[in-house]
Amino acid sequence: MTAAVDLTTTPPRAPRVACAHCGLPVGESDVTLDGPSFCCSGCRSVYAIVQGAGLSGYYSYRAQEQATTARPVTSSSRKYQELDEPSFLAEHVAVDQDGQKSADLLLEGIHCSACVWLVERVGRVVPGVTQARLDLSRNVVSLRWDGERTSLSEIARGLESLGYPAHATTQSRTQAVRERDRELLLRLGIAGAAAGNVMLMAFALYSGAFSGMELSYRALFRWASLAIATPTVFWAGALFLRGGWAALRTRTPHMDLPVSVGILTGYVGGAFNTVTGHGEIYFDSLCTLIFLLLVGRYLQQSHHRRSSNQSELLLALAPQTAHLVEGDTERDVPANAVAPTATVRVAAGERIPVDGVVLRGSGSVDTSLLTGEPMPLEAHVADRLYAGTTCQSGELWLRVECAGTATRIGRLMASVEATQRERAPIVRLADRVAGYFVVAILGVAAFTLAFWLHFDPSRAIDHTVALLVVTCPCALGMATPLSVSVALRRAAAAGVLFKGGEFMEELARPGLVVFDKTGTLTRGQPELVTWMGDAALQAPLRAIEATSTHPLARSVQRAFPENDLRVEEVEELPRGGITAIVEGERVLVGSPALVEQKLGALPQWVNKLVETNARRGHTPVLVVSGGRVGAVAAFGDAVRPEASAKLQELTQLGFTFEILSGDHQSVVDGVARQLGIAPSKAWGGQSPEDKLEHVAALRRRGERVIMVGDGVNDAAAMAAATVGIAVHGGAETCLRAADVFATRSGLAPLAEAARGSRRALATIRRGIAMSLAYNLAGIGLAMAGLLSPLVAAIMMPLSSISVVTLALRSKSFEEEKS
Amino acid sequence: MSIIFLILPITLLLSLGAVAAFTWATRGGQFDDLQTPAIRALHDALPPASPEGRVRASKS
Repeated sequence: MTAAVDLTTTPPRAPRVACAHCGLPVGESDVTLDGPSFCCSGCRSVYAIVQGAGLSGYYSYRAQEQATTARPVTSSSRKYQELDEPSFLAEHVAVDQDGQKSADLLLEGIHCSACVWLVERVGRVVPGVTQARLDLSRNVVSLRWDGERTSLSEIARGLESLGYPAHATTQSRTQAVRERDRELLLRLGIAGAAAGNVMLMAFALYSGAFSGMELSYRALFRWASLAIATPTVFWAGALFLRGGWAALRTRTPHMDLPVSVGILTGYVGGAFNTVTGHGEIYFDSLCTLIFLLLVGRYLQQSHHRRSSNQSELLLALAPQTAHLVEGDTERDVPANAVAPTATVRVAAGERIPVDGVVLRGSGSVDTSLLTGEPMPLEAHVADRLYAGTTCQSGELWLRVECAGTATRIGRLMASVEATQRERAPIVRLADRVAGYFVVAILGVAAFTLAFWLHFDPSRAIDHTVALLVVTCPCALGMATPLSVSVALRRAAAAGVLFKGGEFMEELARPGLVVFDKTGTLTRGQPELVTWMGDAALQAPLRAIEATSTHPLARSVQRAFPENDLRVEEVEELPRGGITAIVEGERVLVGSPALVEQKLGALPQWVNKLVETNARRGHTPVLVVSGGRVGAVAAFGDAVRPEASAKLQELTQLGFTFEILSGDHQSVVDGVARQLGIAPSKAWGGQSPEDKLEHVAALRRRGERVIMVGDGVNDAAAMAAATVGIAVHGGAETCLRAADVFATRSGLAPLAEAARGSRRALATIRRGIAMSLAYNLAGIGLAMAGLLSPLVAAIMMPLSSISVVTLALRSKSFEEEKS
Repeated sequence: MSIIFLILPITLLLSLGAVAAFTWATRGGQFDDLQTPAIRALHDALPPASPEGRVRASKS
């Protein structure tokens, strides 16, 4: 009677039919035999609109694509009225002379090049749009429209009807970013042109040096080289000179410092020799050096841009609007502009936009992102709810208490930002090396100068300048940015986004990984964990729960196969119960308290099971049939299947673990036991402030703390940790605080991030070692007075090329295998 | 060989022209998006705007 069945490992049924819109498998009951099938109603309506507007070409373009990351359409039924608010128009919309308006919108759901085709034809769905240009890498569409004939909210609704929900971008920021990108590209291009031209003249000078050359020609080439090198050094190379000066002023070691020393001595020495007509010039080496360094800088920046574009899209998914109720009417307003005591409505599936008290309605609210509690709460009149939680079912009217930065989540964000500001910056490996490097080089240069002043004063300056030029750490300056950007790109393909290379360097060393439990180690949603009792009741239970949208009902729908039992007289009872007649038999499903109230005292074995489950932190649900309890189903937050194996991998890399959770201590202990983490390292009942304090205390003890979380409650702790990692599906607040985030669910990206970082750091070290070896050889030659500018000109690109080859060939992250 | 005194400035002027063209193209946003235009070229000629809407050249 009480045989426990483990239901967490039931394999999903194999897909047979693909959705005509998004290409995902269609459930058996939704397959249409004579025509296209759809996985959901969202896809069905988009398909109808696309076909109706004569845009079916989208599907033929899409057919040529590899099925990439298509997602089913989620219809938010947003009205986008906030896009027509005067404050938004003033900030984001530009108007030109003939009444044409233009603005940028960030789009969700862009996944392939066929999307370009469809989005740019939005004018066929919304008349009045004169131009739509999609930037595929940024997910941003630039729109122009006739202000007389349509409005931005109408266009946004049109885009959503095609399956691309729109979000506002911060346009002033993107404009500034674009200007910066263009400027760097310009510097790069001009330095490249200068390097090419100076090198051509250098060829003439070198061959002249071997076979003789008239002095007038020699002077011409030298003066022309100086003319080209001057703007290159002081405009294109200003980036490094400025960085070097900043490093000197703030006394922090930085790669730009030795680079600036090399560039400036080379330029001054070369210019002096050009004027006097004696000695060597180094302009060819300098221009090549600046060009190569700018290439490294450009690659680094374009990678950084890509990952921040991706995170911008994730951040845009924040609750931006609230349905403000005024008397009988309702309109959408920006969430942070809602005044206290106003009333807002929250529909099922929406994020609650404000802190407030329930006035009317009821529903189940998922607070896991805020508290770490995986079970949804039942919200009733007079309950207080917080912004950032999600209304999963039902409908709620809230009296607003506070909005925007005054909400609990807003205050938490403020503390996250404060913590981030206080955090000491990570000193990169290359910068640390540069600190020692500059001291060593200046020492060696001083020694060379003194040595040659003593033996041959006429050549002392020349040899010293040659030394400083050849030791200018070009390869060193390129090794790190290149290896890092190659590794970051591979990491992104493997599902891990780093906000900066320094976090990769930190993750390469072992440390203490602190996990939030809910959503990271576990799935973060209730699953049917055990079934105890009569297995014949599973089918009736499934039939009843198919009629409900309650979160536990959805877990039942996932756990058991669909059936076609006849269900009548369904009645949802207060306090989480449901009753119906299934095939003529009255069945009641509900909590122990509810069932006890209906049936009287529960039998002994049921009480015992209820108690056991409560101790484990599971929620028991009783199934009553024929007037007696037939089965007990327990729901809990199941541990991710791969968690154990991935933790083992991390252990092998030298990491240790702790758990910090907002959930009950008993549940946390259960998960810790299952994963082999000592109970003394598992902390339950932690508030966000406790977590922050715990992590800060660990850091004061000198631990390298890697905080892994998914919720708002982890954000402050993540900001305080050495590295904060957000797992897939987390809250946007958490993403803002995170230094690294996973774009795939589960713990696999985390293990991959640690392993890949370690390999990437090894590559960086090899690159640095190699360029130091080149420099050492250069120093030897220069000190001996054997270094001609020709040797310097050959050695410098050679060292760069070998370092670049090394960086590009390194395999740091494995590509995603799926 | 003294022709070099003439040729070298001319060559440099030519390079300057190329640099000017590059500057113009960069400032005009030609290199802002290197991915989408390549895809756009492969799509057919179905006008992007509604039939009655005017199709205008980009101005950024």
